[in-house]
Amino acid sequence: MAEKSLMKGNEALAEAALRAGCKCFFGYPITPQTEISAYLSKRMPKVGGTFLQAESEVAAINMVYGCASSGIRCMTSSSSPGISLKTEGISYIAGADLPCVVINVQRGGPGLGGIQPSQADYWQVTHALGHGDFHALVFAPASVQEMVDTVTKAFDLADEFRMPAVILADGLLGQMMEPVQFDDAEIVLSDASKKPWAANGHQNKRKHNIINSLYLQPDQLEDKVAERFKRYEKVKAEHSEAVADYCDDADTVVVAYGSTARLAKSAVEAARKEGMKVGIIRPVTLWPFPVKQIQKACENAKNVLVVEMSMGQMIDDVKLAINCSKPVEFYGRTGGVIPKPAEILAKIKEMGGKN
Amino acid sequence: MPEFKRPHALADVTTHYCPGCTHGIVHRIVSEVIDEMGIEGDTVGICPVGCSVMAYDYFECDMIEAAHGRAPAVATGVKRANPDKFVFTYQGDGDLAAIGTAEIVHAATRGENITVIFINNTTYGMTGGQMAPTTLPGQVTQTTPYGRNTSVEGFPVRVCEMLSQLSGVALAERVTVIDPKNINIAKKAIRKGFEFQKNKQGFSIIEVLSTCPTNWGKTPIEALQRVRDEMIPYYPLGVFKEGAVR
Repeated sequence: MAEKSLMKGNEALAEAALRAGCKCFFGYPITPQTEISAYLSKRMPKVGGTFLQAESEVAAINMVYGCASSGIRCMTSSSSPGISLKTEGISYIAGADLPCVVINVQRGGPGLGGIQPSQADYWQVTHALGHGDFHALVFAPASVQEMVDTVTKAFDLADEFRMPAVILADGLLGQMMEPVQFDDAEIVLSDASKKPWAANGHQNKRKHNIINSLYLQPDQLEDKVAERFKRYEKVKAEHSEAVADYCDDADTVVVAYGSTARLAKSAVEAARKEGMKVGIIRPVTLWPFPVKQIQKACENAKNVLVVEMSMGQMIDDVKLAINCSKPVEFYGRTGGVIPKPAEILAKIKEMGGKN
Repeated sequence: MPEFKRPHALADVTTHYCPGCTHGIVHRIVSEVIDEMGIEGDTVGICPVGCSVMAYDYFECDMIEAAHGRAPAVATGVKRANPDKFVFTYQGDGDLAAIGTAEIVHAATRGENITVIFINNTTYGMTGGQMAPTTLPGQVTQTTPYGRNTSVEGFPVRVCEMLSQLSGVALAERVTVIDPKNINIAKKAIRKGFEFQKNKQGFSIIEVLSTCPTNWGKTPIEALQRVRDEMIPYYPLGVFKEGAVR
């Protein structure tokens, strides 16, 4: 392993994409993720890759659609309002079974919202990232190092299951600097050699490949979607991930993801110091949602607290995961306001009083 | 005397196009150019949303179906990742000149090394004949039942004239396929477009004035006559820009 260096989340993520073999990046400027574009515009030409600033988010995601169609690893990144524009393209990418990685460094919404950190795109990314019956893989790293480690996994699983993968960060993770380590392996940009389905010229050696999401016969479209959902079942069974701490004897289990999970963990550890039995589980994948891990973590709890930088979106999935078998409460701040550990601790104490 | 036969790049299938529609002719001459240049195995085509949405079944090269208007962005993605492959888009007027205006203008101004085949038939054919950005003043369509009123619906877009102002464009040429002489001119223009691409000399667009007898409410012969009498006067044929940009 190389030495540790201090890097901004967005830049570390961009470097990690290169090291995962991402050959082409198509982006459009938007705060708070612009460092990804700026970094790759410097790095890509030096390693033989392509950086292209598109005319819009819509164009950028469709460039990804084209590049991915030709079997090449590629990525785009944006922040909340820009992701809304990309949803058309993401739906087509899912409908054509193409792998790619999309970064969302979330900011406050709706509309232009603000430019401070937020987690208000949870519903969009996990439930409605475009029209039609489909899912994207969704990863929610909680540190700069985890952002780095997630990128390769996102590309690998996107390729394996031929589906889009989203890394859901937020302005806090994107902008913060932390020590980070990359492995020393040489950068090898992707080619299409392992993608026999790619539309990259048949060289008169095979029948033509067609990349398409149009099926005018209802039974054909139904079969196609059903086949995709079979793949999703395999993803759910094999790739849902969560990290649980202090949950075994916990009366109250906190559920939080991303940067909020780190703030919540500080509150949980403070509560433990005061003798309260509190645990925390952090979903690492938001789709597939770590249902079994949450059920297990909450098994012996009296109540559950969900903390988010939103008005409460993931809370619905937590309630479903435990079949509403115990009280699930919420604490959150929104609009770019970051919840303080002390506020979360106060909420934990309030819930402890009810036990 | 060369034998008249189906080009290899043109799939041996029955198309869904209406009688008298000129899509078939344009598909054929694009395929002839691909055959003559020997590039079928190195070509990726991008189809639009519109009547030619299913062109992926009609060409034997690798094909990608794009979202409405986004073909130039999709083509950019393919071309940037595979600069030595030939990439063409095949788009209608609603696709290219309305919903996809940003994508075509920016692919053109970047000088993207792609070839665009642009079918202008002054209507949205696939959805049943609504007003297109290219619908002529006074033309009756499903959504201009009293004729296109320029004080309400504005003016038709002359795409080649507009794009010829951009530095990245190597070729902007308007042709038609209403008779053998014009078909030969159109084929030469398409060949030029692919040659510019081969030499990495910039963006090329060939606009083809086409017929839509079904939605125009005309016979195939009347439709060809309409191109001559009404479309060519508004959309003059010819080269608007030609020359390598790099």
